[in-house]
Amino acid sequence: MSMVRTVGAPHRRQVLWWAFLMHRVSGVLLALFLPFHFLVLGFAIKGDATLDGFLAWTENPLVKLAETGLFLLLAVHLAGGLRLLALELLAWRSWQKNMAALAAGAALAGALLFLGVAW
Amino acid sequence: MAGDDKDATLSVGVWRGDADGGEYVEYSVPHRASQTVLDVVTWIQRNIAPDLAYRFACRVGMCGSCAMTVNGRPRWTCRTHVDKVARNGRLTIAPLDNLPVVRDLAADMAPFFEKWKRANGAFQGGETRDDPIAEVRPDEPERKEADAAIECINCGICYAACDSVRWNPDYLGPAALNRVWALHNDRRDVARDDRLAAIGGEGGCHLCHSQAGCTAHCPQGLDPSGGIAGLKRALFRAALKGTV
Repeated sequence: MSMVRTVGAPHRRQVLWWAFLMHRVSGVLLALFLPFHFLVLGFAIKGDATLDGFLAWTENPLVKLAETGLFLLLAVHLAGGLRLLALELLAWRSWQKNMAALAAGAALAGALLFLGVAW
Repeated sequence: MAGDDKDATLSVGVWRGDADGGEYVEYSVPHRASQTVLDVVTWIQRNIAPDLAYRFACRVGMCGSCAMTVNGRPRWTCRTHVDKVARNGRLTIAPLDNLPVVRDLAADMAPFFEKWKRANGAFQGGETRDDPIAEVRPDEPERKEADAAIECINCGICYAACDSVRWNPDYLGPAALNRVWALHNDRRDVARDDRLAAIGGEGGCHLCHSQAGCTAHCPQGLDPSGGIAGLKRALFRAALKGTV
């Protein structure tokens, strides 16, 4: 028999649980992206024409938007990882919730900066 | 305030069942001023369902035996006011999550305390009664860390609020690790390296994802999540030194 008898999960409604979820989801999505990244690297080995064709395609605004999303994932995962390292390797800080917020904020700011540069 | 209205009633869903399963049963309970969730459960048992099983002892937040899941969150029911948690006069009460059930609202705490044992949670001194009493100053940093952690009342609320326990029943959980953190900061204890080894392996502190549900829900205001981070640091240092 399951040892969970409550409906929903109100105990998760707190900022550090969401910080965990964002870190986990961004990691999974980045892992799914990696094969495509290697595929593009493979184009470079195949020949100039294929790679140039692909690079021209990336000038498409929709692709740029998707790239921004990708950068956001990377920024979220990086900031989340730094937060965990600080949490576990430095002396414990009670303002860790602020760190989580700061990490999310830095990730978003980074993504928006990228958006500005890319466009 | 609803509690001042003599005719007000609460609609209460109480989980009834045993180790084989169960379901929520509906009860109507008079809503009183300053009523606690434990008062509600006791009223149901005394007036409607004398066979309702639940557990309590001190009723003042010291013994840690009355913890239940109230509207989806683990809480100490003796010190949880109905007015603070009821939504539109509605309460659902279930036994603690992440533990087997004895019957109705009484969770089986055996696995919880089994993990305290597995974590080597008993103090091990190296001196006898003939030795002078160890002097531990209250303002030592280690003593302050231990001070916070020893206020645990073993209610199991952190354990029920922990998703790492939910996802891996082998995980020692926040309460046992909080106990280890208290002992780790007690320099009279001679088994600190053994204890680090006990919590560094399978089911140990590295399963913690730092979601801090334990810290968010601890009715004593303790910070097991902080203690677990401290243990991870201690293990990291011990691994570098080669003592674990």
